[in-house]
Amino acid sequence: MNIIVCIKQVPDTSEVKINRETNTLIRDGVPSIINPYDMYAIEEALQLREKHGGKVTAVTMGPPQAAEALKEAVAMGVDDVVLFSDRAFAGADTWATSYVLSRGIKKMGEFDIVIAGKQAIDGDTAQVGPETAEMLGVPFVAYVRKIEKVDIGAMTVERMMDEGFDIVETKLPVFITVVKEINQPRLPSLKGKMKAKSLKVATLTAKDIGAEENFCGLKGSPTKVVRIFPPAPRGQREMLSGTVDQQVDLVAKKLKEQTLI
Amino acid sequence: MSVKVNPDKCTSCETCVSTCPFGAIEMRDGRAFITENCTVCGACVEACEFKAIERTGEEAVAAATDLSAYKGVWVFAEQHKGAVSSVALELLGEGRKLADKRRTKLSAVFIGHGIKDKAKDLIAHGADIVYVADDPALRDFNDDSYSAVLTSLATLHKPEIILAGATAVGRSFIPKVAAKLYTGLTADCTALDIDPASGNLLQTRPAFGGNIMATIVAPNHRPQMATVRHKVMKKAAPDTSRKGDIVDVKFTTAVDMRTRVINTVEEVGETVNISEADIIVAGGRGMGSAKNFQLIEELAKVLGGAVGATRGAVDEGWVPYSHQVGQTGKTVCPKLYIAAGISGAIQHLAGMQSSDVIIAINKDPHAPIFSVATYGIVGDVMEVLPIMIKKFKEMRG
Ligand SMILES: Cc1cc2nc3c(=O)[nH]c(=O)nc-3n(C[C@H](O)[C@H](O)[C@H](O)COP(=O)(O)OP(=O)(O)OC[C@H]3O[C@@H](n4cnc5c(N)ncnc54)[C@H](O)[C@@H]3O)c2cc1C
Ligand SMILES: Nc1ncnc2c1ncn2[C@@H]1O[C@H](COP(=O)(O)O)[C@@H](O)[C@H]1O
Repeated sequence: MNIIVCIKQVPDTSEVKINRETNTLIRDGVPSIINPYDMYAIEEALQLREKHGGKVTAVTMGPPQAAEALKEAVAMGVDDVVLFSDRAFAGADTWATSYVLSRGIKKMGEFDIVIAGKQAIDGDTAQVGPETAEMLGVPFVAYVRKIEKVDIGAMTVERMMDEGFDIVETKLPVFITVVKEINQPRLPSLKGKMKAKSLKVATLTAKDIGAEENFCGLKGSPTKVVRIFPPAPRGQREMLSGTVDQQVDLVAKKLKEQTLI
Repeated sequence: MSVKVNPDKCTSCETCVSTCPFGAIEMRDGRAFITENCTVCGACVEACEFKAIERTGEEAVAAATDLSAYKGVWVFAEQHKGAVSSVALELLGEGRKLADKRRTKLSAVFIGHGIKDKAKDLIAHGADIVYVADDPALRDFNDDSYSAVLTSLATLHKPEIILAGATAVGRSFIPKVAAKLYTGLTADCTALDIDPASGNLLQTRPAFGGNIMATIVAPNHRPQMATVRHKVMKKAAPDTSRKGDIVDVKFTTAVDMRTRVINTVEEVGETVNISEADIIVAGGRGMGSAKNFQLIEELAKVLGGAVGATRGAVDEGWVPYSHQVGQTGKTVCPKLYIAAGISGAIQHLAGMQSSDVIIAINKDPHAPIFSVATYGIVGDVMEVLPIMIKKFKEMRG
């Protein structure tokens, strides 16, 4: 089974702050991580490989430093990685990102399943999955929380919906996006880390994947960001004080015992 | 993008003619011919055994879009089992305003089965035209068929704006339509406006986990597409005397539906978990006022957690809908859920009862929230919360 995982390197948004004077993001010192949803995508691909055999390739479109994210994926156990990187890709919106991913993936040859995260925590758009699937011309299933079974040429999955879930049968090859519920991502192995260390990440440019520059990056992006501003503030927080209550003490003790605080 | 027939490979078998969902292929001079009804769905490409049909590059679309050819505001009117979703009505309210600003018509695209008689409700809520695709094959949501219908209609009628709810359904198939139409799509918007000079749709949405808001436009592409959150737009009061056109859209069932829903399980949320937070502090109407509700935020901050709310609190306007937990909000299962001033209505419990540890604070010892609470504190939130904040803060150092 040939499995491709789309991962994105993102700033850890839980640590992103906004500079209220300039209305820009303070990114200094904010660590770059693999988009958390993509960790589930990697894990699911590895589990599929363990069950059905085959090969897992992680791909990303990004600047040269995105190679670090691919190395982390190798440390977790993926077999191969490809970085789509080109100056022409900079400033891509979801359409232009999907264009490059679909061209790149097509270039890599046949596949059975492409797995992406439900959304990236920096943009939160959840659009790159379905847009890439459309451009690849393969069926698409969003929000997969469980892969029930894989047959020849078909697969059955559970898809989370607003009011519950659907059991969906899809033809292969297919593109799916996965949610948090699907698995518990593994930690990198020592062996994997060693492999990652010495790995030279293969990089493909626009030319290599046959992408037209007019459709890449800022130039190819239909959308433009015209303004960035902080969300409406919630107002001043008051620090109130009061007498010590026994019930609160008890709860505090319990929570401490359970390492919740 | 376009679909082309290679006349040298075409064997005149006519398979593609019967496969085309939009009746867009004819035989001319003994060869398949793609007419202008083609939506570039690609069904024929797969059907042709002789590889005589190709879908070619996006080049054609790129050839400068004539923006002035695009007119009208559209809303995808999502429905479930025939019931129009509330976000669709909200979008009709907003779409009406946008259409009036642009001096154009508001249309609804209504896809499903056995829904035709509901089309007039969409008119009452503001639509001038309702395109109804009512077919047994469209009963269940399907990415392939729904995107084929919307794409073909948009290709034919060229709206300048298409809005859809940022629901599971909308966020699954609307991007496919945008990909096909080579146009911009902005996800999960919380505000929309029109720039009067350019006619551009100003689409505002949160990004970076809600840390910032971004306003996005698609200056050179049409239609301008956006998915919009629940509850941020206002429904118009229905006016049954409004007049509008109901247009039947034929769906010829031959779209290659490559996925199939075998079963739909409706969960009144025990396990569905959208939120990524490990700790949630939630407040209900018992908080009493917007100002008091800040205690919830403060406690959450101390604990490094997220803020939740009941519908009661959301309805009061104390906290945005995106924080609502429950049957019609988010289903969460954090490690710790603190419920303050929440009665514990079944619809709320549905959204949080799978949390690991639940602490409930309520002055009414009989409040149903206690039935799910790991630790219950009977008392006034205004007394208990400040003490909690102080203590937890000290413990965290
Ligand atoms: C179809 C449908 C879907 C719904 N979906 C949802 C949903 O997704 N999420 C949701 O939350 N609700 C939902 N509801 C609404 C739900 O039924 C309840 O109305 C709502 O949850 C009540 O919110 P509340 O607990 O804040 O307010 P109330 O029920 O008014 O409860 C307030 C509580 O605060 C206590 N209190 C008051 N003052 C104090 C004080 N000073 N100190 C301590 N305690 C105090 C009171 O004793 C009371 O128990 C839905 C309803 C319907 C019909
Ligand atoms: N630049 C990228 N390279 C590879 N995969 C990406 C990229 N951007 C987004 N993705 C994938 O698409 C998913 C959804 O991203 P988004 O649409 O940005 O929310 C992510 O979880 C990734 O799996």
